[in-house]
Amino acid sequence: MITASKKEIDKIVFGLLSPEKIRKMSATRIITPDTYDEDGFPIEMGLMDTRLGVIEPGLRCKTCGQRVKDCPGHFGHIELAMPVIHVGFAKTIYAILKSTCRGCGKLLLDEKELERLRKLYKKAVERGENTSYFVKEVVKLANKVSHCPHCGREKLPIEYDKPTTYREAGHKMTPSEIREWLEKVSEEVGDDLLLLDINPEVARPEWMVLTVLPVPPVTTRPSITLETGERSEDDLTHKLVDIIRINQRLQENRDAGAPQLIVEDLWELLQYHVTTYFDNQTSGIPPARHRSGRALKTLAQRLKGKEGRFRSNLSGKRVNFSARTVISPDPNISINEVGVPIDVAKELTVPIRVTPYNLEEMKEMVRRGPNPKPPAGVVYIPGVNYIIRPDGRRIKVTEENAENVAERLEVGSVVERQLQDGDIVLFNRQPSLHRMSMMAHKVRVLPYKTFRLNLAVCPPYNADFDGDEMNMHVLQTEEARAEAEILMKVQEHILSPRFGGAIIGAIHDHISGCFLLTYKNKEFSKDDAIRMLAAAGYMGEVKEKMTGKEIFSKILPEGINLEYKAKACIGCPTCVKEKCEYDAYVIIKDGQLISGVIDEKSIGAFKGEIIEYITRRYGNSAARDFIDRVTKLGIAAIMVIGFTTGIDDEDIPEEAVLQINEQLEKAKKKIQDLIKAYEEGELEQIPGRSLEETLEMEIMRVTGRARDQTGEIASKHLGMDNSAVIMARSGARGSMLNLSQMAGCVGQQAVRGERIHRGYRNRTLPHFKKGDLGAEAKGFVSSSYKKGLTPTEYFFHSMGGREGLVDTAVRTSRSGYMQRRLVNALENVKLEEDGSVRATTGEVIQFVYGEDGVDPMRSIRGKAVDVDMIIKEVENE
Amino acid sequence: MKIDILKHELVPHHEILSEEEVEKLLKTYNIKKEQLPRIRIDDPVAKAINAKEGDVIKIIRKSPTAGISVAYRVVSKEII
Ligand SMILES: [Mg+2]
Ligand SMILES: [Zn+2]
Ligand SMILES: [Zn+2]
Ligand SMILES: [Zn+2]
Repeated sequence: MITASKKEIDKIVFGLLSPEKIRKMSATRIITPDTYDEDGFPIEMGLMDTRLGVIEPGLRCKTCGQRVKDCPGHFGHIELAMPVIHVGFAKTIYAILKSTCRGCGKLLLDEKELERLRKLYKKAVERGENTSYFVKEVVKLANKVSHCPHCGREKLPIEYDKPTTYREAGHKMTPSEIREWLEKVSEEVGDDLLLLDINPEVARPEWMVLTVLPVPPVTTRPSITLETGERSEDDLTHKLVDIIRINQRLQENRDAGAPQLIVEDLWELLQYHVTTYFDNQTSGIPPARHRSGRALKTLAQRLKGKEGRFRSNLSGKRVNFSARTVISPDPNISINEVGVPIDVAKELTVPIRVTPYNLEEMKEMVRRGPNPKPPAGVVYIPGVNYIIRPDGRRIKVTEENAENVAERLEVGSVVERQLQDGDIVLFNRQPSLHRMSMMAHKVRVLPYKTFRLNLAVCPPYNADFDGDEMNMHVLQTEEARAEAEILMKVQEHILSPRFGGAIIGAIHDHISGCFLLTYKNKEFSKDDAIRMLAAAGYMGEVKEKMTGKEIFSKILPEGINLEYKAKACIGCPTCVKEKCEYDAYVIIKDGQLISGVIDEKSIGAFKGEIIEYITRRYGNSAARDFIDRVTKLGIAAIMVIGFTTGIDDEDIPEEAVLQINEQLEKAKKKIQDLIKAYEEGELEQIPGRSLEETLEMEIMRVTGRARDQTGEIASKHLGMDNSAVIMARSGARGSMLNLSQMAGCVGQQAVRGERIHRGYRNRTLPHFKKGDLGAEAKGFVSSSYKKGLTPTEYFFHSMGGREGLVDTAVRTSRSGYMQRRLVNALENVKLEEDGSVRATTGEVIQFVYGEDGVDPMRSIRGKAVDVDMIIKEVENE
Repeated sequence: MKIDILKHELVPHHEILSEEEVEKLLKTYNIKKEQLPRIRIDDPVAKAINAKEGDVIKIIRKSPTAGISVAYRVVSKEII
């Protein structure tokens, strides 16, 4: 057993390494850029010196004497021939240069001002506030000064060129000059450096100009040996080689008294290499590249961004007891379940502690081994992969040792049993944008290779089956399982905290099916009724002949009362309720569907009134049961009734086509008239718009109306006997606009909300005359999708489509980043037991959560109480 | 022309709490004064009601969901 020693971190102080410290912690000075000799042995005082640690098995570290796994690695150092700026502190150096005097090194503030800032600083520290903004204040005040208030020396303007160049009154300063200046500042400013956000106890400004460079241990930049036996070095080693080479040349040239120009060039080059060694994405200089052209991954790149150490190794890591595979639908399992492939179930395990009560059972299970043969008629039984003995030893169970291990199994051991039906697991689909992206499911071990999930849980995961993959995590402790069961199970998330309505519900064919079943008073034979009701799990009596509404009523909870407008409602000026000619007014009385058709508004995800009501009134289990049944009923109904759609659903009669063409001609004529009026100066200007804008707006209106009218003509011939229309009207899939674009006309294409105008000079395409403002020349598509687009129409349509694609791509990346920042800012904010919202240190953020203290998931679409519903319920009683 | 900002439609009701009320408030939430949200001493309303550093101001707002919502802020001296 490993025992941890308990040590508490009191505080962490960040400081700078001094040259002395770098030399002191260095195991060796590095002087040669070569790494290995001909025998493949590390060269002394080279970058792979064995004093820096070892990476090859068999070798011993010359510093600590340990072997590969135990030697932590040791730093070395490079003595730089000339000092260079540390890019990481370039901005801080700039702030210091701007706010101090080059003559005497003091802050360019008079004593009075200084005293005021010191006091404010002290107060801020006492309050535990952020003090970093004092730098800005000091720089701002120093900027106003023309002469040093201490020695009277004139203050020259300092310029900064990214990344590491500073000029004083136009003259370029060398790092040596800057270092001298900073040394003076360290001495003169002393404790007032705190105002510049520098702690003089751990960081002296001149240390920001490097004279010695630490060389990280080889263990942080191990070389890899390729299959060919060739050695490939880490990017950091490559960079260090560059630095040593240039450093050597600089030293030689300077010692040989080479011309100033050459020395300066080499110095700049050394600066470049050291800069890119720290950060190879420094703006203002080209990134250092590999021979292959790939940019090198240097220090900053190891830490930064999504693939960096923080986001990919510290805040997020790979985990055990998890699986990932493609998902596919299974309408026969509950929304609470997930289908797990046998291969996955055999790999993942649940730890079971052996007690006197389950000893025999566990022995029997271990005896089966890791690959049990299921009895006849059964597809799968769980085996055992490992057992952990009371002394902590882990034993792999194999077919050979199973018998033996089982016999010696004792109380206190842990048996790692393979997954079986009913185990609780977490199921997740990225991107995990809300809490419903990770829910708990019960395992159903099934054949084949995909995770199976009920279609009603697609909306919260935003999943479809075009190749989506999902992750599954097996819970390992009793607490985790209890928590998942109570808080995370799918049925606990039927209502969304986002809008206080159902987010889990029927989709696509479920809705079409229930629509077909319940639309008007269709009658079904006893046979059909039994087929549908049996599928939905109904066990009671069935009459000789049943209407669809009666069949649907059988799965409704007893005594339920509801009244609302269906999705199919077209919003007549005065609603005639149950006499609605579209059967769009739903009345459920005492558990019976009296009138109205069941569509998206009743059972759909995001909308489902019935699901919402059942969840609130009868609880999550009842709602889960209803969803399971209603989806099965919908599918059974659509199979009994029959349903198909094809391109001929958009067929319209010859005369309708003529009517549509007539409308389009009229619209084009109207546009010509508008253009003529514009050219003759007779167009009436809209207030606040130019004449051109007025014309564009008028034309857009005409084209918009043309599309609507053609759509109306087309939909007149597309009735409720049409499958595509049924899908659109019931909310199962598609919209009437989609249909009118297929049957009637596609309409005006737009880029940035305007008619298409870019392309060639004064025209969109060379097919049109210059200055043509007509419908066709500016992206009006008068063809329908079914008829097909002309080449120019197709081109304009692609322009509009491209904008849509770019918009979504930009939107997702931007909103993703926004969410990241929001989550990082709010992750520690927590609701306390007294109803207040607090930050980690107990500061109050809100005195009552959300002002009203209402849990949005338990609200009624955002409202704390639904007064209308309460009145209705009271009336009914 | 000077207008009374306290009478403005968009300015919620502010009042300075008495010592006893402050004590009671801190006791209810079991917090120290520093853990209250802050309002700057040069905030226009704080100036208008003549609040001093360390005063606790009770703010009563209209809320579309709760009807009335109450918040408390401690007056803090301006920074820099
Ligand atoms: Mg997909
Ligand atoms: Zn070592
Ligand atoms: Zn001076
Ligand atoms: Zn109606």
